[in-house]
Amino acid sequence: MQTKKIINDGNRTVDEMLEGILAAHPRHLTSAEGSPRSIIARDGPRDGKVGLVIGGGSGHEPTFLGFVGKGLADAAAIGNVFASPPPDPILECAKAASGGAGVLFMYGNYAGDVMNFDMAAEMAAMDDIEVRTVLTTDDVASAPRDQRHKRRGVAGNFFIFKAAGAACDRMLSFDECERIARKANDHTFTMGVALSPCSLPQTRRPNFEIGPDEMEIGMGIHGEPGIARGKLKTADEITDEMLDKIVDEMAPARGDKVAVLVNSLGSTPLMELYIMNRRVKRRLGDIGVSVHATWVGNYCTSLEMAGASVTLMHLDDELQTMLDHPCDCAMFRAG
Amino acid sequence: MTSIDTAGLKTMFDAIAVAIEADKDRLCQLDGVIGDADHGIAMALGFGAVRDALALLDLAATEPTALLNTAAKSFLNAVGASSGPLYATAFMRGAAAVKGKTTLAGADFIALFQAMAQGIQDRGKAEIGEKTMVDAWLPAAQAAAAAHASGKTLSESLAAALQAAERGAEATKEMIAAKGRSSRLGERSLGHMDPGAASAVTVIGAMRKSLG
Repeated sequence: MQTKKIINDGNRTVDEMLEGILAAHPRHLTSAEGSPRSIIARDGPRDGKVGLVIGGGSGHEPTFLGFVGKGLADAAAIGNVFASPPPDPILECAKAASGGAGVLFMYGNYAGDVMNFDMAAEMAAMDDIEVRTVLTTDDVASAPRDQRHKRRGVAGNFFIFKAAGAACDRMLSFDECERIARKANDHTFTMGVALSPCSLPQTRRPNFEIGPDEMEIGMGIHGEPGIARGKLKTADEITDEMLDKIVDEMAPARGDKVAVLVNSLGSTPLMELYIMNRRVKRRLGDIGVSVHATWVGNYCTSLEMAGASVTLMHLDDELQTMLDHPCDCAMFRAG
Repeated sequence: MTSIDTAGLKTMFDAIAVAIEADKDRLCQLDGVIGDADHGIAMALGFGAVRDALALLDLAATEPTALLNTAAKSFLNAVGASSGPLYATAFMRGAAAVKGKTTLAGADFIALFQAMAQGIQDRGKAEIGEKTMVDAWLPAAQAAAAAHASGKTLSESLAAALQAAERGAEATKEMIAAKGRSSRLGERSLGHMDPGAASAVTVIGAMRKSLG
């Protein structure tokens, strides 16, 4: 049986979505001339500023294009659903974002994205645009601790892009922007849980099977299987299970500060996210960690998947300053 | 004596597009087990774009290298993903391997086929045994070259390639993924065929049928 979706044509979903987004946010967003899959901030790129280009597959909205705007990313390259964009739209983003001070490519660590963005970086070099790449690897569940470089980038992207975008907006040097981007990634940890599958618009079939009373801890944002499947537990038990892993890796001292993101994978409602956040706050309080800022909602989704993720960013003064730095994007504002 | 011109290559790509389209659902299902369920979509999109782009070429005025480069660019821009750069690199390397030729003799096509497999390996940096399309493509290229070197016809050589690809794809069931999205699964990837290796068999099968 096919899943229900409000679409016209499964092959046209990305382009029709982009048309709707540009119609909704004309003050923030435009597309590059002749490259509709390159979404550019109207007020972002400028001379002397390091450009920030993000991107990846569609289906994770508001990631990636919702974070394009002044103070955050200058451009986002948009792929098909769950598929990396090809090099051409990435290259057009790099050209639009370039202010002569270098361009950072930041995206989740997936084999397809790495190949396409690397090809685009080689093409940009031929146009005399220097590109450096910082991959996001915040998904604690996706590889062991000693193989952090193999981990996926998931909802923690939001914090990592935010910190890097602020560094760029403050006109820091290319080296500094890159350093802060890497540090932001190193300080960010995410764990997710999935309750029910999503379905691609082209197939409208659930992309994995899961029992009516089951959950899967650590499932990826494309429905990649996670690390453990079990009976559905309570919100507090699920939150504890995820927090335990995150805190164990982050190893915060009493008195440390974090930023919290409780994110829906698509169809899990705010009510459930806030129930989880209540537990996050309480558990962090128990270990003497204070919460500097909290975001709750749809930040990195997986189409209509049910489930949620918890992300903590371990703050120091520098990262806190970057998170507090104002930004004005189509789907996110701060400061 | 086999001789393949640009029209023959176009017919081959058309045959691949048909075969992949027919295989789309199975490939998505294989990918759903250990990946993100879109491999069939990406492959069908890519070879559909190649078919459409080649249809616009003036074949009489196009050399094989130009046709292969057109195939590379159209596949890449339609797909992105992992299969985009991998197959685009395959076609570009194939194009470079037959540069300057107007028609391809059997040995030329074998060189093209080997360059494709090498391009896939170079772009994806995967080795044999890591549960990727390389596990089908590399043995296929080696089998084709060995068969041709021992005096077999192109058709027989591609039949040997197909057999080797099928064995390689089958062997991915016993492998633990080390590259690509399924590599995060660890031992849970055991027992499932790699979708990229499975689609490689479909591609090579269509090539053999078209050129045999």
